Parts: sequence; structure tokens; C-alpha cells
Amino acid sequence: MVLMRNVTKVYESSNTLALDGVDLTINEGEFVFLVGPSGSGKTTIMKLITGEVRATSGQVIVNDFDITNIKRSKLPKVRRTLGVIFQDYRLIENMTVYDNVAFAMRVVGASARAIRKRVPYVLELVGLEGREKRLPTELSGGEQQRVAIARALVNNPRMIVADEPTGNLDPVRSLELMLLFEKINEMGTTIMVVTHEKELVNAFAKRVITIDGSHIISDGMDGYFGYEFE
Amino acid sequence: MSLSRSGYLIREGFRSITTHGFMSFASVTIIMACLIIMGSVSLLSVNIDVLIKDLENQNEMVAFVEDSVTDVEEARALSLYIEDTPNVANVEFVSRTDAMDAFMSKYDDSLMEGIDETVFRHRFVVTLLDISAMADTKLALENITGIAKVNAHLEYAKTFVTIRNVVTVVSLALICMLVFVSIFIMSNTIKLATFGRREEIAIMKMVGANNSFIRMPFIIEGLVLGIMGGGLAFFAEWGIYELLTGKLMASFTGSFISIVPFRSVALVVLILYLGTGVVVGAVGGTNAIRNYLKV
Repeated sequence: MVLMRNVTKVYESSNTLALDGVDLTINEGEFVFLVGPSGSGKTTIMKLITGEVRATSGQVIVNDFDITNIKRSKLPKVRRTLGVIFQDYRLIENMTVYDNVAFAMRVVGASARAIRKRVPYVLELVGLEGREKRLPTELSGGEQQRVAIARALVNNPRMIVADEPTGNLDPVRSLELMLLFEKINEMGTTIMVVTHEKELVNAFAKRVITIDGSHIISDGMDGYFGYEFE
Repeated sequence: MSLSRSGYLIREGFRSITTHGFMSFASVTIIMACLIIMGSVSLLSVNIDVLIKDLENQNEMVAFVEDSVTDVEEARALSLYIEDTPNVANVEFVSRTDAMDAFMSKYDDSLMEGIDETVFRHRFVVTLLDISAMADTKLALENITGIAKVNAHLEYAKTFVTIRNVVTVVSLALICMLVFVSIFIMSNTIKLATFGRREEIAIMKMVGANNSFIRMPFIIEGLVLGIMGGGLAFFAEWGIYELLTGKLMASFTGSFISIVPFRSVALVVLILYLGTGVVVGAVGGTNAIRNYLKV
């Protein structure tokens, strides 16, 4: 669940206004696309949710944690309720598929037994059974992104935030990935996908939030509005 | 913290040491070099201190009894007042007869022709606890009724005290500087390791690892490198010390110089080396990772 009230974000180093009085609510269990051109503020919204940046003014609540002025030492607790996926996968290259996923459980203090039980289940869920011992460099882009999804899922987060997850994939793999997100969403996990891809957004009848010029310019269930970003 | 988690953190610390083998070797070597320089300066300082203490013990004052006190027992009784004087370590009475005998044994008998012992005064040879307070002690002894005058080599005392102070200050300054240099080098070495693993650290942060979990392998790495450096430096120092002191003693056979044997300070040196290694490693590791934990 995400709740933003009148959020403004100014990057002081470059004096850039990234968000200007944004109000946004994403309810538990929703599937949301966040679309908009480069520099519109999409990444800032994502960073505000993950606690990487703080709002200049306004209030940000994520999964029942008010993170507006949260202490850094409390952030790990919030992040354990989130799964984050990046366009460039961000896998650790010298770790196997299994270890990349298990790593996310180890760092939050899961027992070896819990890791042995949970990791194979999640790898199977994302369709990577039999690939456990491979290194990321031995996998295709789509498979690498599935490893990233497995890593995001393994700690059973309440919400998954994906930043351009299909940016490096062909249309077929992108569609497969979206279907996987839909499957995860049906299991109760809130999904927010930040994307540019018009066809992909329109292939799913989901809520679309459009952001441009630091403002939310549309928010509805009618799919892509035909707004030309590029 | 669970056993499996601790095991994981320790394994990660050691993994980083082997992954960055050359940098780890460089860190251990530099810590070793700093500790050996630091230890050598400290051992030199210890030896100078012992030497000065020996010389201090030999630096006596002589308190002469007034001519009017001729009776030996009467003169000897003054030792009670001298012993009560602050800073007096030891008092030895020398009668005028003994003083003359000592003089005659040193010089030609013909010098003493026609001179009897009354030329000499009864006297006390006084050794001090602290030669830096020699001037005050001299004054206190001169104020004792029955003591005519006190001979003291104040300028020697001042020189000894100055040498000791200089050695202490130089050693301390060098030790502080070398500890700082070691921490700086250790930090930079581990910083290289953290730079190579910055992506891993960013992922750890993103999945909700707390700072202590992220920091721990780097601290373990620093500790292991510090302890290795400290241990190796200890044995190297031992070898160097034995070699140099052996040569020194061979050159100064029969002289007044006495060298502190390494075995008598070995435990202290080992504890200090390992302790410094631990501090340098832990501080270096913590320092190196600090910037990456701010996300």
C-alpha cells in the first residue's frame, strides 16, 4: 500500500523540481502501471517508495510505515516489505541463480532451513527450475529478469516495485514477464510497474497512472491514453 | 545472531580476503611495516629509559657533615634526618677515615704526606628516587642541621631528564602517526574491496539488510588482516631485535650498556601488536564502508 499526500521533491544539488504536490494512493493487492516520459518524476516516485530519497514536503506512507522522516536505521524494516526490480536486473555475477535468490533471504537473517525450503519454490514459480546452478551470465535477458523477480519475491513482500523491467527484453519475453507479474498479483502482492511501453500497458486492463512535468496528469482503469511521451 | 548467519558473515569476510589477494597482502605488509617501525621506536625508548634509570642510580649526591661534628657516631646519627628527606632512595655513611682511604687508593700516596684524616669530613652518599627533583632535595639536605654542604651534579640530572622527555615525546608522536597511517592504508584497502562490491551492497540495502549486517564482513576482513599483520610483525620484530642487540652487545663487550632482553617484553609487545592490529583493522573496516551505508 502506498499513500502520498501533497508530495513535493526538489533535488537541491541541481535545484530540480521532480515532483510538485503529488497525491497518490495505491491500495493493497492492486496492479498499477506508472507511465511517463524521461524526467517526468517516475523514478523519483519509486525512490520515495523505497526510501532512497526523502520528500521535500508532504507525507509518504508505504505498507503502513510513515517514511516521510523515518530514521535510516528503521528503513530496512520497510524495505523488507518491498521487492524491487530494476531494468538492468542487478544480479551478482559471481553467484549462481540459487545464491542470488538465497542471498536476499540471508541478509534479512533467514535460517538455512527456511532458505532451502523457500528458494526452490520461488525459482519454480518464476519458471527457473533446473537453472539453479547457472551463473547470471549463462542466462538470457528474460531469464536474468526472472532471477531478479525471484529475488524480489523470496522474502514474501507486500509490494513489488519494478522499474522498466522489460526495458532490455523483446516483446514476447516482455509479455511473459507481465503475465508472471499478473500471476504474482493474483497471489495478493501489490505490483507497481514503471514502464514506457504502450503496447504492453494496453495488453492489460489495469490502472494506469500517467505522470509528466512533475504532476500526475491522469489516473484510471482505461489503459493507455495515447499520450505521446517521446 | 544465529550460528548460520554468523558463519555466513565470517565466510564472507574471509572470501573478500582471498578475492582481493594482492590488496590483502599489501595491507598485511604495510601494517607489519608500521608496527615494526612503531615497535622498534618503542623498544629503543624502553632501552633508553632503562639506561637512564641505571645512570640515575649512579648519579649520587654527597652531603658533607660540618667540621664541628668530629665524633663518628654523632655524624652517623644524621642519617636519620637524611633518610626522612623526600626523594631520598638510599643513604650510605662514609666516615672521614674511609673517605681518606678511598682517596689514597685512587691517588699517589706522596700526595697525602703530612696530611691526616681531619682534612676530610664525614659524609653521606645519597641516591635519589627521581633525579628531576634533585635541586629540591639538595636544598632540603643543606637545611639539615649538621650538614655543611651538598655536592650534586645538577647539570647531569637535567640532561638525563631532557633526554628521557625527548625520547618519550618522539616515540609517542611516531606511534600516533604510524597508527594513523596504518588505519588510513587499511581503510583504503578495504575501500577497494567495497568498491568492487558496491552493487552487492546496494542490493543488500534494497532487500532490507541492516547496516551492521553489511558492515560485519568488512570488519571481519579488517580484523583478520590486522591480526595477521600484528602477529607477523611480532615475529619479525623479535628476529630483528635479537639480531641487532646481539651485534650491539658484541661491539660493547664489558661496557656499562645493558640491553633489555626481548623475552622479558615479548608478551607486552605481542599484546600491543595484536591490539593495534585489531584496532587498525576494525576502524579501517568501519571507515571504508561508511559512505556506502548512507543510501
